[in-house]
Amino acid sequence: MDPSVGPRIGVVTFPGSLDDQDALRAIRLCGGQPVPLWHGDDTLDDVRAVILPGGFSYGDYLRCGAISRFAPVMTEVIKAAHDGMPVLGICNGFQILCEAHLLPGALIRNDVRVFVCKDQDLRVESVDTTWTSDFTQGQGITLVLKSGEGGYVADEETLRRLEGEGQVIFRYVNGNPNGSFNDIAGICNERGNVVGLMPHPEHNVDSLTGPTQDGRAIFSSVINFLAARV
Amino acid sequence: MADTVGDAARTPDQAQPWAELGLKDDEYARIKEILGRRPTSSELAMYSVMWSEHCSYKSSKVHLRQFAELPTETPVGKLLAGIGENAGVVDIGQGYAVTFKIESHNHPSYVEPYQGAATGVGGIVRDILAMGARPIGVMDSLRFGPLHEPDTARVLPGVVAGIGGYGNCLGLPNIGGEVAYDHTYLGNPLVNALCVGVLRHEDLHLAKATGAGNQVILYGASTGADGIGGVSVLASESFDDAEGTNAGQAERSTEQVEAYPSTSSGRSSSTSSGRKPASKRPSVQVGDPFLEKLLIECTLEIFAAGLITGIQDLGGAGLSCATSELASAGDGGMHIDLDLVPLRNTTLSPEEILMSESQERMMAIVEPEHVEDFLAICRKWDVLATVIGEVTAGDRLVIDWHGETVVDVPPRTVAHEGPVYQRPYGRPEWQDQVQANGIDQLPRPAGGEELADTLLRLIGSPNLCDKSWVTDQYDRYVRGNSVLAQPDDAGVLRIDEYSGLGVALATDCNSRFALLDPYAGAQLALAEAYRNVASSGAEPLAITDCLNFGSPEDPAIMWQFSEAVRGLADGCRALGTPVTGGNVSFYNQTGSTPILPTPVVGVLGVIDDVTRRTSGGFSAAEHPIYLLGETRDELAGSAWAQVIHDHLGGRPPEVDFAQEKALAEVLIRASRRGLLGSAHDLADGGLAQALVESALRYGFGARIELPSEADPFVWLFSETTGRALVSVKEGADRDLASLCRINGVMLTKLGVVTAQEDASLEVVGQFMLPLTRIREAWQDTIPAVMATH
Repeated sequence: MDPSVGPRIGVVTFPGSLDDQDALRAIRLCGGQPVPLWHGDDTLDDVRAVILPGGFSYGDYLRCGAISRFAPVMTEVIKAAHDGMPVLGICNGFQILCEAHLLPGALIRNDVRVFVCKDQDLRVESVDTTWTSDFTQGQGITLVLKSGEGGYVADEETLRRLEGEGQVIFRYVNGNPNGSFNDIAGICNERGNVVGLMPHPEHNVDSLTGPTQDGRAIFSSVINFLAARV
Repeated sequence: MADTVGDAARTPDQAQPWAELGLKDDEYARIKEILGRRPTSSELAMYSVMWSEHCSYKSSKVHLRQFAELPTETPVGKLLAGIGENAGVVDIGQGYAVTFKIESHNHPSYVEPYQGAATGVGGIVRDILAMGARPIGVMDSLRFGPLHEPDTARVLPGVVAGIGGYGNCLGLPNIGGEVAYDHTYLGNPLVNALCVGVLRHEDLHLAKATGAGNQVILYGASTGADGIGGVSVLASESFDDAEGTNAGQAERSTEQVEAYPSTSSGRSSSTSSGRKPASKRPSVQVGDPFLEKLLIECTLEIFAAGLITGIQDLGGAGLSCATSELASAGDGGMHIDLDLVPLRNTTLSPEEILMSESQERMMAIVEPEHVEDFLAICRKWDVLATVIGEVTAGDRLVIDWHGETVVDVPPRTVAHEGPVYQRPYGRPEWQDQVQANGIDQLPRPAGGEELADTLLRLIGSPNLCDKSWVTDQYDRYVRGNSVLAQPDDAGVLRIDEYSGLGVALATDCNSRFALLDPYAGAQLALAEAYRNVASSGAEPLAITDCLNFGSPEDPAIMWQFSEAVRGLADGCRALGTPVTGGNVSFYNQTGSTPILPTPVVGVLGVIDDVTRRTSGGFSAAEHPIYLLGETRDELAGSAWAQVIHDHLGGRPPEVDFAQEKALAEVLIRASRRGLLGSAHDLADGGLAQALVESALRYGFGARIELPSEADPFVWLFSETTGRALVSVKEGADRDLASLCRINGVMLTKLGVVTAQEDASLEVVGQFMLPLTRIREAWQDTIPAVMATH
């Protein structure tokens, strides 16, 4: 697909974002039109989906994502998410989505107490979201996981609701790397347009530089979804 | 009140603490001669810090000249910048250049492992940035005391967390390095950090201040009390009479020497008259990687906008270094108004401001019409930027404080014309005994069972075991260009997504060999890093080095150093790989015990198409396995001698650079033609280790049949150089054989890669070990020790 005609998908760069270039590249490789967005702007530049990338926005100071959540662009992202725009938070982006209350729960320090970088096995638990429709239910995939604060926690009622409503969409298998409750690696909101996950699909789009190409389905899911709505 | 130039003229005989600051009496006399008066306390601070071993290279300079005399031609072209700049710059073709450098941050990493290692990464990254390059990756060469020592459990996790905590937050993939252990590193670990950056030829920036009227801008972090006096205090030869408990030392920007004494107590220095040493300032700096990330992006945007005339990072010796070096390298003088420096601690004296080693700061020389644009980009990135002075037409570096002049010096005398020592050196008498104490008497394993047992003990030993406990704490994926990373022999980074152009990097040093023969040991380090780069399919171009040694005041250590430099220079001449720059670290010792001489070598290579890279792991069953190169009985200093017999003596393996070049040629050509399923260099642990690592990588087995005339023990464990283990794609045997014939490389068929299912390593007629058992022995060592602390 010619990137210039693919759907416009934005990637927000916060101060301290690191995987923003990788997310932009993944969008391009999967047929979308990558659009860099700046944290200080109050426009989404006509994009049709937004990715909050990995990194250490604002140095993770205070709490991961706690400061970024107040960036001017986030006002627009939150509004658009409520209107149904597909929004994906990867790693630090997931933390920001939780801080912004677009997703429930929180991410805390890994139970192993150290940063973990590994090729992590996952199971796809739900294909009923804008970002996972190209997977098959129960599919086993491997994605790069690299984080120090990736332990997903939530209160019991929230966990019950997430599990009951099918909002747990990725689960760690063959070992829980960070102490996440219920082995949760990724969740979505009730509507399924907002997804957050700790592993990095943007590092799994090219067999030369990533362990697998299992991340492509995330990007193709949203691109196909948006293309079908033109 | 500050000590002004006027005061200095009025009170010529006032006593000054030059000795406390590490200056010799003749050095102090020379300062007075240069200035024609006594120095002010600010000037004294500057000279003492810039003339320290760390900054001036006074002990190593006469030897390092051999590197500068090497031809600067690489296989791809001339060096674009060489020794003397912040980092060397190598042309890699297609309009791209690469800059890389390795630097030590040893002593701070012992005092405060996390911050010491973190700021080591930060410092080398700013060096690369100051060349106009985008930093694209880091590597670390680490040495610790024995793994089981309690203090290693303090130092190692702290260092690893610091490297990860800082490097991960910068978004720089950590693509490899080394971890090794020896008791001589127990009170003196080595943390050598390498950074590589990429730039277009036209973007090269050099550290000099030119053009009278151009503005001097300090940007990045505000200046605080951290790291004050680190450099100069550590250069003083003894802390025995010093107070305080917190010794530290700083990373340095340009070609640097760091130095510190053998004892671990120390004190920060304050030279204000009337202030007692009791007013302590911390000596180990505290890093803020988030600010450094902003500094990187901000600086690259400023470069792209063409707003900079000259640039320098602030590392060791802080403003003293940046102002004097920029002015010294330029064509005029410089005037600085110290009152304009943004402070996070307003009680700092001018001497302390000049010596502060607060991290994440840069200094730029900017034409007046570009200043507003420069400041605007800094505002965009929330980076503090302040004009603090200007380039002047004169030839003096003048610094004012509260309206009075506290520094007025010829900058070259501070930065580039420091003292030079011809330290005495001599081959120690014990060297003959060490070399005479060979391995002939050591019992060797006989029979399959003993060989298998030896293999398992070796692969589980700290120096040879799985390093992923360390490397899994580093992000190796960020930026999406990591084509090979640990545990491969070399890290390979893609530079251009469309052409496939990439670079390969490896660092190596076997310090045991360097003790047996420092000349050969340095060459062995060079040969191994060179071979590792070639194993990935890349062509080696140039090197950087980090020379870690004991006290230069000991003639035996100075001899080790001079031999290592001579060995490296001769080796680089033979291989056609220039030295682009590096770092010397002296005074690495615990009490009177020096570290093993540790000349770490980093080799950079280029690969035209990264899709052609060769990985170190067997990649398919049925691929035939070959050994490239000749095997001799060379086991002195080997991993076997260490692990099984705790023995270090004899003569290290011979180095034959012609053979290394021939082997590299075969590996590079075979990679370009796509002949190889894998390639793994042979080094520590010999063929056995290479077989184990090649098999474990993707879980394939191997069936090996050694030549009938071969001594299985020698073939499995000898550490003869110039060898590599390869597996060959279907039908490519003949092409490989012809490549080896043309280049004069011995080729021996060893066996075949076997299936992943129930994989095992079989040496026919000797032993068969299930891969699961091998993996267990290999991977449990470090986690098991760390779990107990």
